[in-house]
Amino acid sequence: MYDIKALYEAESIPDAVRLLQEHPEAQIIAGGSDVLVQIREGKRAGAELVSIYGIDEMRGVCLDGEGAIRIGSLTSFSHIAASPVIREHIPVLGEAVSLVGGPQIRNIGTIGGNTCNGVTSADSASTLFAWDAEVELTGPEGIRRIPIREFYIRAGKVDLKPAELQTAILIPKKAYEGYHGNYIKYAMREAMDIANLGCSVNVSLTGDKKTIRDVRIAYGVAGPIPMRAETAEKTARGREVNPETVKAFARAVLEDIHPRDSWRAAKAFREHIAVEMAKRALTTSITLAGGEIRE
Amino acid sequence: MYAGKSVKRVDALDKVTGRTRYTDDLCDRSAYIARILHSTIANGRVVSIDTSEAEKVPGVVKILTCFDLKEKHYFPTAGHPWSTDPAHQDVADRLVLTERVRFYGDDIAAVVAEDEVAAAQALRLIHVEYEEYPFVLDVQKAMEDGAPLLHEEYPNNILKHTQIRNGDYEKAIQEPGLIRVEGWYETPVVQHCHIENFICYAEMEGDRIHVVSSTQIPHIVRRIVGQALGIEWGRVRVVKPYIGGGFGNKQDILYEPLCAWLCMQIGGHLVKLDVPREETFVCNRTRHSIRNHIISWVRPDGTYAARKLESFSDQGAYASHGHSICAKGAGAFPQLYPCDNVEVDAYTVFTNKPVAGAMRGYGIPQAMWAVESHTEDVAAAIGADPLEFRRRNLMPVGYKDDFSKNENYSDSFNQCLDKAMKAIDYERKVKEYEHQTGDVRRGIGMAVFWYNTAVWPISLESSSCRMVLNQDGSFQLQIGETEIGQGADTAFAQMAADVVGVPMEKVHVVSCQDTDVTPFGTSAYASRQTYVAGFSIRQTGLLLKERILDYAHLLTRMPVFNLDIEDGNIVRTTDGRKLMTLAELATEALYSLTDSRHITAESTYQIKSNAYSFGCTIAEVEVDIPMCKARLLNVVNCHDAGKLINPALAEAQVHGGMSMGIGFGLTEKLIFDEKTGRPLNNNLLDYKLSTFLDHPRLMAEFVENPEPTSAFGTKSLGEPPACSVAPAIRNAIFHATGVAVNNAPADAHNLFRAFTEAGLIHDER
Amino acid sequence: MNKQYKLVRCTINGKERETMVDVRASLTDMLRNDFRLTSVKKGCEVGECGACNVLINGECFNSCIYLAAWADGKEILTLEGLEGPNGEISDIQQAFIDEAAVQCGFCTPGAIMSAVEILNEGRELSDEEIRIRMSGHLCRCTGYENIFRAVKKTMLKRLAAASGNRQGE
Repeated sequence: MYDIKALYEAESIPDAVRLLQEHPEAQIIAGGSDVLVQIREGKRAGAELVSIYGIDEMRGVCLDGEGAIRIGSLTSFSHIAASPVIREHIPVLGEAVSLVGGPQIRNIGTIGGNTCNGVTSADSASTLFAWDAEVELTGPEGIRRIPIREFYIRAGKVDLKPAELQTAILIPKKAYEGYHGNYIKYAMREAMDIANLGCSVNVSLTGDKKTIRDVRIAYGVAGPIPMRAETAEKTARGREVNPETVKAFARAVLEDIHPRDSWRAAKAFREHIAVEMAKRALTTSITLAGGEIRE
Repeated sequence: MYAGKSVKRVDALDKVTGRTRYTDDLCDRSAYIARILHSTIANGRVVSIDTSEAEKVPGVVKILTCFDLKEKHYFPTAGHPWSTDPAHQDVADRLVLTERVRFYGDDIAAVVAEDEVAAAQALRLIHVEYEEYPFVLDVQKAMEDGAPLLHEEYPNNILKHTQIRNGDYEKAIQEPGLIRVEGWYETPVVQHCHIENFICYAEMEGDRIHVVSSTQIPHIVRRIVGQALGIEWGRVRVVKPYIGGGFGNKQDILYEPLCAWLCMQIGGHLVKLDVPREETFVCNRTRHSIRNHIISWVRPDGTYAARKLESFSDQGAYASHGHSICAKGAGAFPQLYPCDNVEVDAYTVFTNKPVAGAMRGYGIPQAMWAVESHTEDVAAAIGADPLEFRRRNLMPVGYKDDFSKNENYSDSFNQCLDKAMKAIDYERKVKEYEHQTGDVRRGIGMAVFWYNTAVWPISLESSSCRMVLNQDGSFQLQIGETEIGQGADTAFAQMAADVVGVPMEKVHVVSCQDTDVTPFGTSAYASRQTYVAGFSIRQTGLLLKERILDYAHLLTRMPVFNLDIEDGNIVRTTDGRKLMTLAELATEALYSLTDSRHITAESTYQIKSNAYSFGCTIAEVEVDIPMCKARLLNVVNCHDAGKLINPALAEAQVHGGMSMGIGFGLTEKLIFDEKTGRPLNNNLLDYKLSTFLDHPRLMAEFVENPEPTSAFGTKSLGEPPACSVAPAIRNAIFHATGVAVNNAPADAHNLFRAFTEAGLIHDER
Repeated sequence: MNKQYKLVRCTINGKERETMVDVRASLTDMLRNDFRLTSVKKGCEVGECGACNVLINGECFNSCIYLAAWADGKEILTLEGLEGPNGEISDIQQAFIDEAAVQCGFCTPGAIMSAVEILNEGRELSDEEIRIRMSGHLCRCTGYENIFRAVKKTMLKRLAAASGNRQGE
């Protein structure tokens, strides 16, 4: 049994907004795989909860009118991975969320929950950062859309206004069309683990596949919130596809990232791994994009 | 004959249907819930505890603190047989609740409440004031003069120091031309991680206390609950249902005394103490972290001139199994690679860490990590082939230990190595992986071990068994040895069926143990179940058979020497004629108007022998140097555990031990905050126990040399599979990269350090 | 404190059930306490070990981190629900017995339920896929080896039977 003061179950998005307005102290529970664990730990013990788990309209993946990939915030990781839209347009997101925890966690865990708890290690977040995702937020004032990079404010804190909830994540067409990507999760075991470092890279090559037209790279756990490594991106953008470019790109991430020393991993270790991950994720992305890295 | 056949487990059907009852499944829902308040300092004294806020929480029944403990009955916790000689008794240093706090997580108060939410709320509202002392977490720092002292009666925190002196080490090292090889090898604190946490419940029955516990050792629990409460042992009744794994953690008295005490403080109402996973990690027992220092003096021809071992075992805050574990590992050292001149010094030392106790392998996995890593280092230092170097120096056939009287009867080591090598294609791979360069390299490595069977002559070894014949010719088998998941009940049934001469389905093993009913036994530890139970099963089975045939003589007038029991029938051996079924005999015996008998047999067998069990591991790894990762590609264990009673279950047992060894070698360690002594990763996410994806296929091979001292030719197999896996992995990494990882586990953190030191990875800037 | 309750109507092991649950209860609490379905085990209570795994609308969930209130309207299957009308056990349960995939038995119910989810897909999974799909279960006894064998063997048997049936048609 959980130390829950009260549970309010929302049946629709407006219902959720109303409940959040009526109970300003209440916290949102989606799949609960983080919230319930924290209640048990005592961190959120005695909380009032607004459950949005029953709002089916917030589930599913589709292409919207403008060709953006729209992922309902309550879509579970396993449903994202199985979605034909994801598989066709952004398979790397399916691969990334398939590395979350284990199968049962991927059935209960939602992409909205994963991003709203504001943790840097979320397996979905670095890929969403790397693909210029936007989040849709619904509140008493209506709907607003912001880039995911602005959604994260600091560790554990995201830009959710009072009585607001995240209702969808969108990846605009221009952000995914022509891009190919790879995610590497670095953890101490192969399942049921939290990332010591996550790295998501994607590239768009020129028509002849010889030049990097665009490249984007994002990390989880390289700082207090997920982050892009812009120096690295600038270093490689427009450069020829070759080993020197890959190396320069990878080395440049050290200009951007600032992982911390913790008992989970030392800073020097994380930096070393971050460079290696950048190298490998870019190499794989280039290969997926049809490019070839010749010595 | 059932012994030697892979019959299905007797408890499998219940386990795959969910019918098996474990402790929590049996507990009535009227139970109050107990939770423990643990100290949040590593060393010091509780000055005061304010429970006033906590007591206001609705649903709280009672809060008891260390200051409520009026009579102080110190008790030991080790699941050892009691010794009537005070000099051999385990150290009694525990109280159910303590004012003197010795590790972060010590037990200082408890809440009894109507439900777990109220209990948790109350725990958070208890305010404790401490007097803090400096603390020490490192085993060798704890031995220094002036280090914080945990127990007044143990200067320099040394619980015990033992020595072995064979030959003359100092003189032997004077021999010209010797090569000196020295190394420090360390293993971390790890935990058992049985999937069922420790749980128990207690209630009063009249003036007796009834405890149901997830334990490996019900009869020992009874004795220690009696000691801890200061009541006669006969007033304690302990029941052990099925348990969800133990691996040695439940070979210790954990919270049965506290739960029983709480129950008595509230008038005997049913109280359940279900320990959360986080507390299981640090407030039960752990595996001793042991730092070993080995110096070997080797002749250029690859023989040992002299060897020295210093062993520093981190006991944590309380004595538990004490020095036994370190001593066992240290004792294995001179016997594995016999050498005329050996010095061993073994120290068990208190630190302000969680209490270390028994864990699968009992000191041998730590010792083998050191000894077999070192063996590899020595072979490398003298340019010898590690396989040939081992073959030359391993315990030879005919070797006999004077103390245990154990004898190496067969060429088990070489047979095991040969079989394991074949299974993993060693010869080909060892050549193929020579001279690799590049970021990703493969390697193959090995390690060996030997292990005792049971605890004679260090402690008592006895087993008691009862067989009770039913009207249908079946019988109940009761024995003090316990089923803890390993398959003991099935092996017992197989052996009993063979001895008495009945089909196996006629043997009903009474799995649930009740100290009011079950014959005395010291139960599951020391890989002793099949070995020791074999003696009492054979003896009791023969006794039952004698009584049955005696009655058969009455009914058939045939001489007993011409009668036998075969497949549940009374048979005349002279012509093989079936005279009657055992069911007919049993029914007649019970209801006879002229000579009614309830045919039963019960006996105790005291075992005064022990047996060497042997084996090896060969592991193949792929090391991704820049990523600091070692991946296990293939692994094989080969064991000589004597004759296998049930090969399929033996194989399964080996898989489990290998899995634990893989975690020990690659990922598992409990870590503590240097500044506070607080455990940092005491949960199943942050403590990296292997998952389904962290293993390759596990290969288990056997050599079956029957053990001559044994009632059924068997010897130990429960713990041996966990003993040699980790050093084999370490040696495979060494083979792949030339880098020796001497601190287990070879996880990414340690590999990063080792590869950086070796110059295999560089700062990218 | 006024406790809050919710009437939960759901299908458990094929039978329609209803019960008033304390909204603070997990699905593990509800299944174990209200329905005495004690195959649902508690090993960590934070969704790490998989011992409390059950199927909800055909998908695996750790019932310890699933609110009982959410079970309303759902179809829940626990290990007890695999029993046939005359007490027969299913092929996967038999395979766990035959392959010696059971030791202490504590992780067994949860592991079998993940196997059920996999087998219900009726397709052939690679060894790697089987391992991934079973990776939400921690087991300290078996090293996972015989559990893997039991799942794979049952999958192949079912596929062979299905293709046999198709050929017979």
